[in-house]
Amino acid sequence: MKTKYMNPYLAGVLLGLVLLMAFFFSGRGLGASGAVKSTVVTMVSTIAPEHAANSPFYSKYIGEGKNPMKSWLVFEIMGVLVGGFLSGALAGRLKLKIEHFPGISANRRLIFAMIGGILFGFGSQLGRGCASGSALTGMAVLSLSGFISMGTMFGTAFALAYFFRKNWI
Amino acid sequence: MGPLIPQEIIGQDWNLFIAFVVGIGFGFILEQAGFSSSRKLAGVFYGYDTVVLKVFFGAAVTAMLGLLFFSLFGWIDLNLVYVNPTFLGSAIVGGIVMGIGFIAGGFCPGVSFSAIAIGKIDAMVFLGGIFIGIFMFAEAYPLLERFYMSGSLGALKLSDVLGVSGGFLAFLVIIAALIMFWLGDLAEKKFPREEY
Repeated sequence: MKTKYMNPYLAGVLLGLVLLMAFFFSGRGLGASGAVKSTVVTMVSTIAPEHAANSPFYSKYIGEGKNPMKSWLVFEIMGVLVGGFLSGALAGRLKLKIEHFPGISANRRLIFAMIGGILFGFGSQLGRGCASGSALTGMAVLSLSGFISMGTMFGTAFALAYFFRKNWI
Repeated sequence: MGPLIPQEIIGQDWNLFIAFVVGIGFGFILEQAGFSSSRKLAGVFYGYDTVVLKVFFGAAVTAMLGLLFFSLFGWIDLNLVYVNPTFLGSAIVGGIVMGIGFIAGGFCPGVSFSAIAIGKIDAMVFLGGIFIGIFMFAEAYPLLERFYMSGSLGALKLSDVLGVSGGFLAFLVIIAALIMFWLGDLAEKKFPREEY
């Protein structure tokens, strides 16, 4: 197969340098689910301010002088959208489409994408971060939590791959 | 010297700008590596494409070594670098739930944003799911709080658990990464697939 993507080892080293840059400047690593959390908190506290103020979850992020959208991860994710778009534009990959294994329907792909997103969202809050925030960043700082996240996340996906094979191969 | 912003060598006002610039690099590389394709990502679990493994471990090892060398040269104070705290129960169960989400959805949250940026509708639906999942957790939080806080070990490093130096642990991770890269190449030869 002809490769249309960057060499994976080069991409790995470059991604590691981006992560190192985050550590060097901001003293913290990458993340993603935290930006969605900030958005959820903002939405709930706008629609139902009383409910948010009384909740032990939302109330951690709102209140006097706190703006959950003025967070490091929210700005980082805005950058991810820009960076992804630039890369896609340069490579000629900008296209609105539902990508799926030809053996399944587009609807089936979307249903499983939705289920996967719900689980990932829930799990990221329970596990205090997703693949980038907890596993990748955590491993780079040698955090026990990072190694646990990486091991359980990839381990579970490998263990269940057989049962989901019809979706992918 | 570093980290620059926590030590106020660069003003706090720059922090969000740095976040945005870091994000551009993050998103650009994810897309260049092919992480905007769920079929490429899921390939690691069936052996036909192990790019996830290579990029993930390549990045982890690079950043890990970078931090250790920066610290050795006195360029960064590791005490000021955030180490995510360990809560055993929720870390394990959270990881398992995310693992199911990964094989079902074919994305993780970070890469789904780079996929959305190039127009993948499945990634947009995945992101919708993340919103719902986080909302569900937030609403169920009063019931989950005890479990969420259980098994607290603080900002513990694996090197301290094993009683080895950070450098030695990094060496072990490099060996593990090299073995995985080799297994990845074997798998790609054993389970080749047509263009996808």
